[in-house]
Amino acid sequence: MSEIERDDVTGVATTGHEWDGIKELNNPLPRWWVWTFYATIVWSVGYTVAYPAWPLVSSATTGVLGYSSRAEVNQELAAADAARSDYVDRIAASSVEDILADDELRQFASAAGAAAYRVNCVQCHGSGATGSAGYPNLNDDDWIWGGSVEEIRQTIAHGIRFDGDLDTRFSGMPAFAGVLPNQEIARIAAHVVSFSGEPSSAELAQEGASLYADNCAACHGEAGEGGRDFGAPSLADAIWLYGSSEAEIAAQIRAPHHGTMPGWAARLGDATVKELAVYIHTLGGGE
Amino acid sequence: MSGARPLDGPAFSRGATPVMTRGPQTIFLGLFAFVAFLGAAFAADDLFRQHMWVLFFVLASSTIVMLRRTSFVIPQPSATSVYMDDVVRYGSIATMFWGVIGLLVGVVVALQLAYPDLNIEPWFSFGRMRPLHTSAVVFAFGGNALIATSFYVVQRTSRARLWGGDLAWFVFWGYQLFIVMAATGYLLGITQSREYAEPEWYVDLWLTIVWVAYLAVFLGTILNRKEPHIYVANWFYLSFIVTIAMLHVVNNLAIPVSLVGTKSYSAFAGVQDALTQWWYGHNAVGFFLTAGFLGMMYYFVPKQADRPIYSYRLSIIHFWALIFLYIWAGPHHLHYTALPDWAQTLGMVFSVMLWMPSWGGMINGLMTLSGAWDKIRTDPIIRMMVAAIAFYGMSTFEGPVMSIKAVNSLSHYTDWTIGHVHSGALGWVGLISFAAVYHMVPKLWGRERLYSVRMVTWHFWLAMLGIVVYAAVMWVSGIMQGLMWREYDEQGFLVYSFAETVQAMYPYYVMRAFGGALYLAGALIMAFNIWMTIAGRQREEAPIGAAAPVRATLQPAE
Repeated sequence: MSEIERDDVTGVATTGHEWDGIKELNNPLPRWWVWTFYATIVWSVGYTVAYPAWPLVSSATTGVLGYSSRAEVNQELAAADAARSDYVDRIAASSVEDILADDELRQFASAAGAAAYRVNCVQCHGSGATGSAGYPNLNDDDWIWGGSVEEIRQTIAHGIRFDGDLDTRFSGMPAFAGVLPNQEIARIAAHVVSFSGEPSSAELAQEGASLYADNCAACHGEAGEGGRDFGAPSLADAIWLYGSSEAEIAAQIRAPHHGTMPGWAARLGDATVKELAVYIHTLGGGE
Repeated sequence: MSGARPLDGPAFSRGATPVMTRGPQTIFLGLFAFVAFLGAAFAADDLFRQHMWVLFFVLASSTIVMLRRTSFVIPQPSATSVYMDDVVRYGSIATMFWGVIGLLVGVVVALQLAYPDLNIEPWFSFGRMRPLHTSAVVFAFGGNALIATSFYVVQRTSRARLWGGDLAWFVFWGYQLFIVMAATGYLLGITQSREYAEPEWYVDLWLTIVWVAYLAVFLGTILNRKEPHIYVANWFYLSFIVTIAMLHVVNNLAIPVSLVGTKSYSAFAGVQDALTQWWYGHNAVGFFLTAGFLGMMYYFVPKQADRPIYSYRLSIIHFWALIFLYIWAGPHHLHYTALPDWAQTLGMVFSVMLWMPSWGGMINGLMTLSGAWDKIRTDPIIRMMVAAIAFYGMSTFEGPVMSIKAVNSLSHYTDWTIGHVHSGALGWVGLISFAAVYHMVPKLWGRERLYSVRMVTWHFWLAMLGIVVYAAVMWVSGIMQGLMWREYDEQGFLVYSFAETVQAMYPYYVMRAFGGALYLAGALIMAFNIWMTIAGRQREEAPIGAAAPVRATLQPAE
């Protein structure tokens, strides 16, 4: 191409190529573009000198700053631990009763327990600790295994029906399906409802009284007051883990759910478990 | 589709033997259906059986359609002098169809996040619908747009018919089959759990075959070109096709548990598996959603603006810089994980160096309009292209920023990432594809103009509003989410539980769904406009530029 073609509008030379009517101007690279590109390259090379970057045969350059993301997170965790170590050491050395009695320590433990609760407990017991079907509400005063701060600590540390801990608490209400006919189970359910409310039929509830006394009272008590020694829930209040209707109660008698709570001592450590126990105890239902 | 079937035609001349049109193809399809039937019969697991039944019904009905369309004609030399545009016409329609489907599923999953009751178990739960959305928009909509436009562009800029005869049809229909198998697999619950590479091994193998055919058609056409040089758009398309082939094959290396079962195990383990996945995942963005669509931009912007490309030199430098640097940037998806620090550093610095090479495309696209800036006012397709390039520039700046570890420690795992990818996907990929389809369709169907140019303006503003709502909402909610996750009180205790951060996202989830719905509404207007254009209708309306001076005339006061 002997003659250089120029674009009419801008006066810039074209490259002389054309594809389907598309031509190309021969504009130079914008200077700011080139220099910014160079700047990012220079910065990048500098960064790779400062930080771990260049792969070698069996390792990589460590960088002149000696940075390591693992070391960094360990430092941050150590600094956080150190900042709290005064309190945490005292909590580790104290019984939960003593923590509760000491205003300053109780406040710290409660705040720490709340933080641990948000990470570890909300999944089952809910953000507000109100629980849901099968997961106890922790705000009320209806405790299956006891509501003193030490009893709460024991439950958190070792769990309920938790295979991984020999000190776990265990209860297993037998399934009555096949043991008692459905009509008798319905009578017991009506009788159980009568402890705290109005059964569907007073006659049915009356018929259930002797069945209840024979089959249930040993654990749940004559008047359904429950038995914490066996982890037998109270049947005489308005708080129900698996539903309050006669049908739901009958279902629970036929084939009881047996919920599991993991033990947390091995995972979180004694101090955090104590903090959690104090926090739960201060929610309102602690005894 | 008469143009693509040169053998068509009722004329029988004396002495010649008529042959069945598309005989081998029909027989092959029937055999393939039979193989699917055997797959269903001997399946090792229920999911494979269900999926093979899907495949069987798709292939069997395709066979029936082929048989019903069969005719017997005298073979004639096929027309090689004209462009093979029927496959591009089909591709344009497929682009529109999958675009609407993908965006609709997107709005549904957005609503599922805001209203969990909309999760209809098991097939339409979020976990299955989400990959359906991402694959539908990236691979079905974006992929069809890329295949259709690349076939359109490579023929015109090479002055050559697509190489390989009916192979282009195999690419088109083979790709649709891949989409159907991937989508039905997700809904059935078949996944290998690799983001953007969810289909299991047998669907991956099929895509590999289709993709190699695609490469052959594209490369064959370039080799047959009647132009001395290869146009820049074709460099980008070719780099996209070659790199996606490599990424797809390596990332999906896996050993199937059974040849008649769905499950397979990755060839990589642990952190190597994660790095391979994000090497793939990031370059799916880099080469599928960036390089491919830059190819689209390099043809359709100068054509629509009727202006030369701004700088040939810039196109060369930014092309090579882009493809060299992009491939290393994947590790920035694994900051602060088990990935060694040195690999994180390299992922980050390559991402930062990628900033200017990415912007080279933006400069070349925008500056191509110098001398034609007035068209932004008069031509809504140009306006759409300019907006696409602007969003491209914005998200290719945001990307390097988010790859910096300090920023990433806040942004990672939050909705900021979702907002980032959508400003790129809705803004760049979506708008440039819409503009390309608006440009192509009247030419492909021989129409003087679109059914309605003013509807393009409506589409443009609905899409813009949708993107702005979407991106702004995700910035706010993403940064809020990141800050809530790391919020500690003065004693160093965590302030929020995860569920509380989810609760705080709720109003933003609703607004995000609204933004997505606006974008979908724009696409529906486009689908109608394209439909009417293909039908040969023209809406009576005032041209956009001409109306302005009339309105500007001053009226004397009463």
